[in-house]
Amino acid sequence: MSFINYSSREINCKIVYYGPGLCGKTTNLQYIYANTNQQAKGKMISLATETERTLFFDFLPLSLGEIRGFKTRFHLYTVPGQVFYDASRKLILKGVDGVVFVADSQIERTEANVESVENLRTNLGEQGYDLDKIPYVIQYNKRDLPNAAPLEELQNLLNPKGVPHFEAVAPKGEGVYETLKAIAKLILTELKKGT
Amino acid sequence: MQPQMVMYDEEFQQISGVCERLAREANAKIVFLVDKNGQLIASVGATENLDTTSLASLTAGNIAATGGLAKLIGEKEFSILFHEGEKDNLHISIIGGRVILVVIFDSRSSLGLVRLRVKKASDELNKIFDGLMKKVAVPGAGSPFAEITDDDIDNLFSE
Repeated sequence: MSFINYSSREINCKIVYYGPGLCGKTTNLQYIYANTNQQAKGKMISLATETERTLFFDFLPLSLGEIRGFKTRFHLYTVPGQVFYDASRKLILKGVDGVVFVADSQIERTEANVESVENLRTNLGEQGYDLDKIPYVIQYNKRDLPNAAPLEELQNLLNPKGVPHFEAVAPKGEGVYETLKAIAKLILTELKKGT
Repeated sequence: MQPQMVMYDEEFQQISGVCERLAREANAKIVFLVDKNGQLIASVGATENLDTTSLASLTAGNIAATGGLAKLIGEKEFSILFHEGEKDNLHISIIGGRVILVVIFDSRSSLGLVRLRVKKASDELNKIFDGLMKKVAVPGAGSPFAEITDDDIDNLFSE
């Protein structure tokens, strides 16, 4: 849940990047980190294994500016994608305000994508959240690869509800900011509705 | 699901007051409070050269991970964690099951003293948070964002 601080006039929200192993969650954060000006970002933390696979989470605090005198701050987290790190994933979803699902567009990863979305739904459910009700967007990453599945096929498979979706090439930054903006907007709109 | 965390100026002053006194009485270098989602609530002491945002996030991650460990052995949670370093030590405790109190101290203090003072401060903080939660639960307390428009949101993203 977001944290509204009247004292410091800040609103803090938590965005989690979810998806199968090696789909590019950390790459999204790295691109945002590298391309955001110094004042707007905090330190990026990566708790990774020696082979640079995320072990627990990556964390990046971002300030987006002010709305009606309130500073908006977003805390971006990634989860470890590998199947056997499920315990870590559950912990990171605690108090989430919005989720970005990063899908790996490669045909070979179809099953991993489907499995990961199901895992997301289950883990959110355990925390009392419903994936159909919280701010949620999908990013189809690795669109530049020759073995990328057609968009329509991915949409049918992963996005039956038609949530906002974006095509991306995360290392080049294509689609990265678009995705972030979309989820941030959805979260703020949700806040506007009140809880 | 955890309830929405809201902080008002009045409670913030009270909380900071308790933290400041704790830092003084426990001879601690830094005292800070974090919510379980990793958001920093308050910090006092020598925080100038400290990345408190990262500390808050990692502390919450730490509590979440040890909470997972606790469940595996049949405990509800571990309410106190202690990390001993060469110079500085970290004392982490959970208050009222919802916020995390962190005390950083060195050889000018001791674990015993910190534990003692933390216990007293925890009771006080717990009362403040109880009051805060009641205040938030009152209907009509409302979100300050109820009034914002779609344009306000769009303006945030205009380059």
